[in-house]
Amino acid sequence: MDSLLEQYSRIVGNEVIDHLKQLAHPLKGVKILHINSTKEGGGVAEILNRLIPLKRELGLDAEWEIINGESDFYQCTKKMHNSLQGNRDDIPSALLDTYENTNRRNFERLRSKLEAADFVFIHDPQPAALIRNCNKRKGKWLWRCHIDVSHPYRPVWKYLREYIKDYDASIWSLSTFVQPLSHPLYLIPPSIDPLSEKNIDLPEKEISDYLDSWGLDRNIPIITQVSRFDRFKDPIGVIQAYRLIRNYVPVQLVLAGGGASDDPEGKEVLSEVKAFAGDDPDIHILELPNNANRAINALQRGSDIIIQKSTREGFGLTVTEGLWKGKPVIGGDTGGIQLQVINHYTGFRVNTPEGTAMRIRYLLKHPDIMETMGKNARQFVLDNYLITRHLREYLTLIVAFKFGSEEKIELKLPT
Amino acid sequence: MENQAFHILDCALIAISTGQKAQNLRELRDQLRDIHPGCLYYHFWGGLLHPHFDDPEFQNDFAVWAWRNMHDRKIAERFAIIDPNNFRDLEDLRRELLEIIEERLYESEHVPWVKSGEEFYFIRSQIVIFETGKEYHDPEGLLETIPNMSLGSIYYHFIDSRRRTEGNKNDFSIWLSNFADSYIKLIEDLDNIDPYFTSLTELRNEIYFVFTHYFKGGA
Repeated sequence: MDSLLEQYSRIVGNEVIDHLKQLAHPLKGVKILHINSTKEGGGVAEILNRLIPLKRELGLDAEWEIINGESDFYQCTKKMHNSLQGNRDDIPSALLDTYENTNRRNFERLRSKLEAADFVFIHDPQPAALIRNCNKRKGKWLWRCHIDVSHPYRPVWKYLREYIKDYDASIWSLSTFVQPLSHPLYLIPPSIDPLSEKNIDLPEKEISDYLDSWGLDRNIPIITQVSRFDRFKDPIGVIQAYRLIRNYVPVQLVLAGGGASDDPEGKEVLSEVKAFAGDDPDIHILELPNNANRAINALQRGSDIIIQKSTREGFGLTVTEGLWKGKPVIGGDTGGIQLQVINHYTGFRVNTPEGTAMRIRYLLKHPDIMETMGKNARQFVLDNYLITRHLREYLTLIVAFKFGSEEKIELKLPT
Repeated sequence: MENQAFHILDCALIAISTGQKAQNLRELRDQLRDIHPGCLYYHFWGGLLHPHFDDPEFQNDFAVWAWRNMHDRKIAERFAIIDPNNFRDLEDLRRELLEIIEERLYESEHVPWVKSGEEFYFIRSQIVIFETGKEYHDPEGLLETIPNMSLGSIYYHFIDSRRRTEGNKNDFSIWLSNFADSYIKLIEDLDNIDPYFTSLTELRNEIYFVFTHYFKGGA
């Protein structure tokens, strides 16, 4: 069996892998600990699932732990998540107590690892308060923010900021998301993994089998949005767009999503979406389990156009996935979608259901343009948004921290 | 005396937000007056090593922002034509930018601006330079290695070199000039490659083409 690095070299080229090995050379044995709140569901878990073994293969002593809590804890962190993305959602002090107590309890469980690590990467708000408990920390602590905090609900951000300011640095996906803090504010966009079940090439037969199992007809265009059932993803707006075009072109709409184990609001939104869709046989609402990665892969590959009509978005990894499969993407003009969907090149950015409908009709009318955009899209992801680039930036950041804070750091090979 | 070997170095860059931004041309000018000089480096050179949409039409972030977001074609064109290598240092480059902005503000009836969310965000960077352990004594030996050089190496030896070397040269040409007059034509052809209005991948192809043409007589 080939090593992971060998497998990646077949996609990105040997020179990219050699580059990673050389960059990682001075970091052999460095203890790195990543902490988030879920092992499955959501983009963070997907990235960590592959980033950790890759770091290990490069000689770093990397580990990944999760914090766990009761339903009140997840209710609190969901409110935090929504508030940081702009919802005015006050969090009762009892829930904040739960948040702090859960972090304290998890700290006790993970104490030895947290105290011993050279670098601790804390992902998103859920485990952010761990730092307050770790008085004997030896390493550098970095807070990795995966969400769009460009217009947070201030009271909630102020609460969280009291923890974040104690970190040695923070890492943000986009410069527009950054909130002012006195430590270094690194910028690292996330990435997708081309070897994961969700992104690996699939046989045509498997794609067809999946589409058949969902009652989808390959002879009629398939328009798909894959995302959690979350109001910020605007699934209702997608159905509105579909209704604006169905009298002009035959089309099937798929809204596919699962819940993440830290998302209690999903069920409520799903019910609203089902009610709004009614009994239209061409609207397919697929509730997929968190591990249905191959099914999502097949769905994206079997679709003609990928939609991500978010009104707020972190980076939008489902967009990256769609682009990687050579599909044009119609995405909300927000967050990381702005970085990935380049009008007339990889797809279109839209602001309304009307705009979404117009762009779908335009693309379906011009299959040659769809094909060109699809090719651009795949190359764009290959050049910029695969996990190897993400890993390179993490390694660069660690080297920068370990060997000085100057603008230019020159490393010598060991003699 | 034996010629020194060509040591292939590599580099990687990490971007750092300054938290500073500008929503109109006047704010851009005010911020530029005292922004960290590393921002000028990043927005003129460093962006090549950071994920981005390859837009060879514009070679610096100021021009891209002015064109795409501010929709001020005049200043975008004036920014776009700036060759940062023509300036002695980053402070000279800063003065040029400020003069262009002052001129545009003087001739504009309104201060050009962008809507909220499309501000210019000032970014600086840290760059890590590391040895690859690969060295070449014979110029022809470099031929086979160029297609396998990382984009970081291409950046370091062909773009970053222009800040480090007298006459804003690329590292290959400087090394080749140590061989007396043996490689004058090769040096000329390398010097004639315009490192701008292209991507690093295309630049690597151009360098390889020049080497191949010289040593093999064809692509």
